Amino acid sequence: MYLIAILYGAATFAYLYYLARTTPAMAAWAHRLITIGFVVHLLSVIQLFTTTGHLPITTLQESLFFLSMIIVGVFILFERIFKVVVLGSFIVPLAMLMLAVSSMMHSVNGMQAAGYAGSRIYWVHILLAFLSYAMFTVSCGASGMYLLQQHFLKKKRFGAMFHKLPAIETLDRISFYCLAIGFPLLTMAILAGIIRLELMTGRLWIWSDPKQLWSLLTWAIYAVIFYGRITIGWRGRQAALLSLAGFLVLVFSLLGSSHQISWHP
Amino acid sequence: MHIIVVGLSHMTATVELREQVAFSPNSIAKPLCELVAIDGVIEGVIVSTCNRVEIYASTRDIAGGIARVKRFMADYHRVDYERLEGHLYSYHSEAAIRHLFRVASSLDSMVVGEPQILGQIKAAYGYASEFKTSGIILNRFLHKAFSVAKRVRTETRIASSAVSVAFAAVELAKKILGELDGKTVMLIGAGEMCELAARHFIGSGAANIIVVNRTFERAERLADDFNGQAIPFDQLPEQLHRADIVLSSTGAEHAVIHAPVVESALRRRKFKPMFFIDIAVPRDIESAVNDVDSAYLFTVDDLQEIVENNIARRSVEAEKAEEIVEEEVIRFYSWLTSLEVTPTIIAMRNRFNQVREAELNRTLAAWKDISADDERRLQALTQGIINKLLHAPLTKLKQSGQGGRTDLYVDALCNLFELQEPADEELAGEDQP
Repeated sequence: MYLIAILYGAATFAYLYYLARTTPAMAAWAHRLITIGFVVHLLSVIQLFTTTGHLPITTLQESLFFLSMIIVGVFILFERIFKVVVLGSFIVPLAMLMLAVSSMMHSVNGMQAAGYAGSRIYWVHILLAFLSYAMFTVSCGASGMYLLQQHFLKKKRFGAMFHKLPAIETLDRISFYCLAIGFPLLTMAILAGIIRLELMTGRLWIWSDPKQLWSLLTWAIYAVIFYGRITIGWRGRQAALLSLAGFLVLVFSLLGSSHQISWHP
Repeated sequence: MHIIVVGLSHMTATVELREQVAFSPNSIAKPLCELVAIDGVIEGVIVSTCNRVEIYASTRDIAGGIARVKRFMADYHRVDYERLEGHLYSYHSEAAIRHLFRVASSLDSMVVGEPQILGQIKAAYGYASEFKTSGIILNRFLHKAFSVAKRVRTETRIASSAVSVAFAAVELAKKILGELDGKTVMLIGAGEMCELAARHFIGSGAANIIVVNRTFERAERLADDFNGQAIPFDQLPEQLHRADIVLSSTGAEHAVIHAPVVESALRRRKFKPMFFIDIAVPRDIESAVNDVDSAYLFTVDDLQEIVENNIARRSVEAEKAEEIVEEEVIRFYSWLTSLEVTPTIIAMRNRFNQVREAELNRTLAAWKDISADDERRLQALTQGIINKLLHAPLTKLKQSGQGGRTDLYVDALCNLFELQEPADEELAGEDQP
């Protein structure tokens, strides 16, 4: 756990330093650090899985641990494909923060608390949801950078930051791909959740459950963006702002609400 | 062996004088061969561009070498020596190394950060290589200069920002549209600036050109030049959506492109971004267009401001570059001095070993019943004495470059120990980094 923290911490430092002084050497180092950190993180998650018999997503602490790993994984993938190192300057510190928060929380045996035993659909539901969250996080990061870059272009301010950020079109594409992958994932996650609910209680939806409501809201926002993008070819400012809004709702949904359903023993 | 450089540049001589002493690439063989035929000049490279003419050489005798190369420049071009001499600068050793590193990194150019000079020096090196006038030292030197230039380019932003309006436009386009391959450029109106910018865009990968003009014939002519397509002026609103980049420079009194037209064009393009450059005065494109999401409007003033900022920033980057150059100068210079001292070091070791072996053999020959063990001990003893005696002086010799005492030490050692003068071939055989 600490090894991960150190590696991620070093990677964070590297990425932030890259922001200040752009050299290819620093980019290479940052990439190496984050990749090694990710592998260690992944191994750690696998180890937790084998020792406890379930994915480490039963408590908030575990969830943050797992989610930050997926986010880093997604980021590494996108960095490779689009060669946008600066994205890391936004995402890696975020992952580091999540990891830090996670390590500071008490470890509670979530299994007993929520009674997840034996529900494979539930794991699928959570896994899909987390993957989509990671996608949306990267999308949010790219959207944030997009808005920043657009501000520079419109106001004709060309400072050092402007030069470090990639083309606005690239940022838009990253945001779009994340959305295009994340949204179907979220849809499937919610479907899995509905299936499980149906199996457990015979009902398809419980309106009084706050988590379901917030998830629905999140889904709706991203649905709107997705639709707008595909059909009208919506881009630019509005899409980016909505992406940020969707992310905020998502964060609240993840952290601020939990399932309040009576059948949780 | 020392490196010297003799030459003149835009900083010390007018273009008339530079013209007179320029060396043409078509007939570079003759001057190169004459250069290395000069007494004392071992290797030579001639760099001749529109902004500088410089001769780099390796010689044994600095003062004499410089004087003779200066003469050579005057005599070869049949220019009066006294007239030329006042405009020539010369450097040797560390200063010469610094000079080439700076020149190759474009720090000595008229526009700091310009990319041509590196290619020009590479070409000059190519000629010297071809006609075998460069050897171990200049080869290493020039190669190092190339890698220093590369380092400066990647680690500073000295060359990364445009210093002409046309280049600034291309740079901006890349920041907006990403790579320019396959993108479409629309030219509205005509004009030199327009066409220049269009050429730059094509040079950077733009594929399609659409020309629009009130006079269709003019549009057609221009489109021919660019292998593009001409469309009549009244079709502008319907066709606007096809362009990723719009360059506008008509003589119209009022705006030719308004925000609503841009909005509907964008909608048809699914809001793929559009880059507008308005060169005309009075402006062709109303400023409200900039407020349209996904439309990015720049006037020439905007571009000019970017260029000025870039020039200012380059001088900051230039400082960083100078630091990098200094680092590399020190490194290369210590390699160069180590090169000089290596033959001496070898000669010293050889001398000491010769004495050791001679004495040892004499002793062993007279010592009939020495055991194998004892013999080994004697070997080890004598070797140990030599190593310890030599260690400090040889180390100091290797480090002598930093105090500039290399020649002094090498001379002293050669004299005091009656070592052989290292031959040039021996020198050529040593290549240790």
